[in-house]
Amino acid sequence: MRHATLALSAVLLCPGGLPWYSATILAQTPAAKLDPIAGKKLFQENCSTCHGLDGGGGRGPNLHTPHLKHAADERSLRALIENGISPEMPAAWFLTDDEIANVASYVLSLGRIPQEKVPGDPAQGAAVYAQSQCAMCHTLAGQGTSIGPDLTEVGARRGAAQLRQTLQHPESTIPENFLLVEAVTASGDSIQGVRMNEDSFSIQIRDFSGRFFGLRKADLKELKKLRGATPMPSYENALSPTELVDLVAYLAAQRGQL
Amino acid sequence: MRWLILVLLSASLASAQVPFSRIVDADKEPGNWLTYSRTLDGHRFSTLTEINPQNVANLRVKWAYQFPDPHTEVSPIVIDGILYVTGPNSAAAIDGRSGRSLWQWSRPLPHDFVSIGFGHTNRGAAVLDDRLFVATLDGYLVALDLKSGAERWSARVLDYKLGYSMTMAPLAIDGKIVVGVSGGEAGIRGFVDAYDARTGRQAWRFYTIPGPGEPGHETWSGDDWKTGGGATWVTGAYDPELKLVYWGVGNPGPDWNGDVRPGDNLYTCSFVALDADTGKLRWHFQFTPHDTHDWDATHVPILFDGVIAGQKRKLISIANRNAFYYVLDRTNGQFIAGRPYAKQTWAQGLDARGRPIVAPDSQPTDKGALIWPNANGATVWLSPSYSPQTDLVYVPVREIGATYFKRNTPYRAGVLFAGGGENELPPDDSWGAIRALNAETGEMKWEFKLFSPPWAGVLSTAGGLVFSGSDEGNFYALDAETGKPLWDFQTGGAISANPISFTIDGHQCIAIAADRVLYVFSL
Repeated sequence: MRHATLALSAVLLCPGGLPWYSATILAQTPAAKLDPIAGKKLFQENCSTCHGLDGGGGRGPNLHTPHLKHAADERSLRALIENGISPEMPAAWFLTDDEIANVASYVLSLGRIPQEKVPGDPAQGAAVYAQSQCAMCHTLAGQGTSIGPDLTEVGARRGAAQLRQTLQHPESTIPENFLLVEAVTASGDSIQGVRMNEDSFSIQIRDFSGRFFGLRKADLKELKKLRGATPMPSYENALSPTELVDLVAYLAAQRGQL
Repeated sequence: MRWLILVLLSASLASAQVPFSRIVDADKEPGNWLTYSRTLDGHRFSTLTEINPQNVANLRVKWAYQFPDPHTEVSPIVIDGILYVTGPNSAAAIDGRSGRSLWQWSRPLPHDFVSIGFGHTNRGAAVLDDRLFVATLDGYLVALDLKSGAERWSARVLDYKLGYSMTMAPLAIDGKIVVGVSGGEAGIRGFVDAYDARTGRQAWRFYTIPGPGEPGHETWSGDDWKTGGGATWVTGAYDPELKLVYWGVGNPGPDWNGDVRPGDNLYTCSFVALDADTGKLRWHFQFTPHDTHDWDATHVPILFDGVIAGQKRKLISIANRNAFYYVLDRTNGQFIAGRPYAKQTWAQGLDARGRPIVAPDSQPTDKGALIWPNANGATVWLSPSYSPQTDLVYVPVREIGATYFKRNTPYRAGVLFAGGGENELPPDDSWGAIRALNAETGEMKWEFKLFSPPWAGVLSTAGGLVFSGSDEGNFYALDAETGKPLWDFQTGGAISANPISFTIDGHQCIAIAADRVLYVFSL
């Protein structure tokens, strides 16, 4: 019941449609008394052995994700922390309800950066997105293609400063698990594209036309892993300062359906 | 007619199907796999030769068996055409011709059982006379009838409410069943136990953390020893002539915060040699004194006879989780040789007695310190293999570092007692390999690189092959002399199990568990 009241008050306080369980919002709600800082300390003492000191993963999964695999919302996350996940994750039965709530608020804060006040006009930014043909490589809200990462929730994963950095110097902010590769076959053909999967004996590549290649490593003359490389051009000079600010504002507003 | 002979044969063996002498003389019956590592000396080497470098490319799946639980780590037992497999609190007998189960056994887990620091898993069974021996997560050693799966007895080994558990395959020695315990992240006091195979009565217990008045207790202070860890969760080896049981001991507790337990913390991160009749300690060798990186010495020891400085010696060797390969005299524990076999940044080397010369800045800190190898080690519970034919030890190697950090964690019974942890490096900064090491020196002869750090053990065969698996589901064969890849098969599930080899109807088979499927291959 306490939970339902919390949710309602958060929604009422934030008519702008911010996620009601956002750690920032709850921390500002007097009734909540949630303390992600205290949650962080408890997390480091009790959870970091598996999830890493900053929740980045280790024996257990990386928690820097907007969608936790086993907890759809804050309520289920609290229940999960209290009860554990059999057989791998032990229950935190020794924490109080308030302590569990604080840990949950900290964990949720890892996956969704708080909404910030961003200069620029998101509506103009949408026009810049269209003119710059970003959809030639990216999907946003179901529209576009999939050479680069899906941008539907990019505003929840990356702050305005990082979005700007990516637009200006894309090679400096390559997303985790994104790798460009070039495979040269025995006959000398070169296949360049995004690595979709790999094991010790084979590699699977999607080229820029969207075609899949499944290749045996033993059959290749060469396999180059182009670490730090990206097919995304820099928009530092292609856009005016105003256009860049507007595009950042548009992307920062993409926080998905949650 | 053939069936009749089979029936008569099995009837004649019914009273004591697998006497201990059959396990000792395992090389006389290469078609069977009667103990965890096939032989008591921990070699995981098959003397079968039908499958060889010339024909291994023709290997095909003979059948597959689905387990009720995922992430299977089992190494099956094979007796006269029947496979015996285990899972968490479960076991089954499988017909080797068809892959169909003959009987299944399971024991419910109590609702309040929690595994601290590991998953629900089981690595296999032991066999002696007409019984199969299985260790359960909630702490029972259970004797099952080989023919029916009926329970003959069960012995309570431990109290799971304190964080103890069992995941390893028991080891059958002459008349006794030896087991070790998990719980190194729960502040347990570890032990090795032996039980009378006929009655289930406890024969002896050896505590890996010495109590007041016992030798080694001086390496602890105050009450630290009571929560000192020293789990024993991987199957050991046995020398029937010396009558010594060799067992690996795990990390001290809490794992990463050594400030609260000054001293060497014996017998953690050690090999111990125990008298088979009494469980008394004959010798020990500590690989990582005062460990702060979770580098359990819980490995299958390899016992072999080698030539050192012109003299034939009884040896024991191990590629340790701490990234060093060690050779010791197995009669007395004397250090003979040691060298790194994987990237390590924590020690400047070993001194003349095999003690590490610890490098500065190699301890976990509040903010974190980058050290190789990571907490799972340069290798882990995965079985290595020793081929007497090549005199090489084949080791699954994990090349991965981590940022180690420490925290203050109070001891609470039945709760994680780790005192820190690690942040692993990103996947593309880590890799794996199978390395072939000279057994006497640890010098590398060849390596086969893997895409990621492996979780699968190794089988070597007299046919000149090495089999192992990858985390991406590849099961593969290498040339034992050169490491050249000769065959691979995508199983569809991460492989974290040990391969075995045996015969069905006289033909060689290879088996491996991948996630929840057991595959059996033959030509």
